[in-house]
Amino acid sequence: MEMDDAAAVARVRSGEKDVFRLLVERHSQTIFGLAFRMMENEQDAEEIVQETFVRAYRALDGFESRANFGTWIYRIAVNRCYDLLKQRRSRLQVEAKEDLDEAALVEQIPTKNPSPERTLLSREIEVRVRLAVKQLTAGERTAFVLRHFEGRSIEEIARVLNVRQGAAKNTVHRAVLKLRERLQPLRTRR
Amino acid sequence: MRHLADDELVLYHYHDGDDIETAERHLASCPECRSRLVAIEEVLRLVVAPPIPERGPAYGSEVWNRIRAELPELTARQQSWLTMPRWSWAGVVAVLLAVVFLMGRYSSKRPSSNNVATSPGSTTASPAQQLRERVLLLAVGDHLDRSQMLLMELSHASGSGEIDISTEQQRAIELADANRLYRATAQQVGDASIATLLDELERVLLQVGHQPSSITAGDLKKIQDSIQSQGILFKVRVVRANVRKEAAQRPRTTSSQKKGQIT
Repeated sequence: MEMDDAAAVARVRSGEKDVFRLLVERHSQTIFGLAFRMMENEQDAEEIVQETFVRAYRALDGFESRANFGTWIYRIAVNRCYDLLKQRRSRLQVEAKEDLDEAALVEQIPTKNPSPERTLLSREIEVRVRLAVKQLTAGERTAFVLRHFEGRSIEEIARVLNVRQGAAKNTVHRAVLKLRERLQPLRTRR
Repeated sequence: MRHLADDELVLYHYHDGDDIETAERHLASCPECRSRLVAIEEVLRLVVAPPIPERGPAYGSEVWNRIRAELPELTARQQSWLTMPRWSWAGVVAVLLAVVFLMGRYSSKRPSSNNVATSPGSTTASPAQQLRERVLLLAVGDHLDRSQMLLMELSHASGSGEIDISTEQQRAIELADANRLYRATAQQVGDASIATLLDELERVLLQVGHQPSSITAGDLKKIQDSIQSQGILFKVRVVRANVRKEAAQRPRTTSSQKKGQIT
């Protein structure tokens, strides 16, 4: 019978370091997907996956055995993404907002499986959309990605951002309105 | 008729509002709000999740191979009872306090020749009462040890940019949980000096616990100033030393336990 997460955590805690491999193998894909959606950059996502598991291992004594390991590690990953976005954001603010390198963004868009009907226009829309998301604050982007892409509840978002639920709702709302403001002109061009 | 505000439309879109049905009814009868909702939804439809680059089935193993060397072997301390998870700590404290309480109840209900009732203000306590106090003092002593360690680590921490305090934060929350129970017990048994210290300690622990997982050097400085200005570290050291001293003066067992009786 396959060992469940709780049993694996208990064994790691009792000193069986290599049992942690099971947890890494089981949750790596999910964490990578989340990190990629948050950071929109493959290299950042890879780093976050590794950092998340190292942090989780080191903080394993603080993990409540009754909690769900998957949820716990997901939160660690979101927090790490959020922290990294905050750092990046402050760096980004130094640059002129309008000078964001669109060409570089185009390069980052994964093109492994381009849809056949992708046109230049849709490509431009994609770049604009990604720019608009990137221009959100770290909190807005985290809240928006969790709500819009990951389908997480306001309660979960509030917990991750360490704010009240009302504030989490406002953050999602603010993000949507900013996106609307920036993307409104594209509605007619689609 | 009051139109729906933008935030209500966003909430409606994500089904997060408290009153979805009211919004729905309004939207059914208000073309203006409906059109604003459509505008928001059209924009949101443009924002699709970027396709996630594929990772092969061996990805988990690859991650493991990359991080394995970074993972320390768990030390004896990490595996010890000192670092049990939060819920375990709360459980241990609760059980401990229950035992102390029951021991008190038992000794007060069954006075014996070895168990002289202590009147208020009396300086001599029964062996059972003394044991009860010893158990509590030892537990509080351990709690103060752990709190002192955390406060010292925070006092000497430094860094620039974003500083990750997630581990310290977790420990502070656990300690605050246990602290609450010890403080309530100290208040109940009338130990004002311990209760006051625990009250001050709890405020500092909660201050740490309520921080974001990453803080700025400025925020860290605020925590350190708070620890320093209240002299909390010094007070913890003094009370901890007194508690240890007092615990050493209490008997390790009651006379009935010495005789092998089951109470």
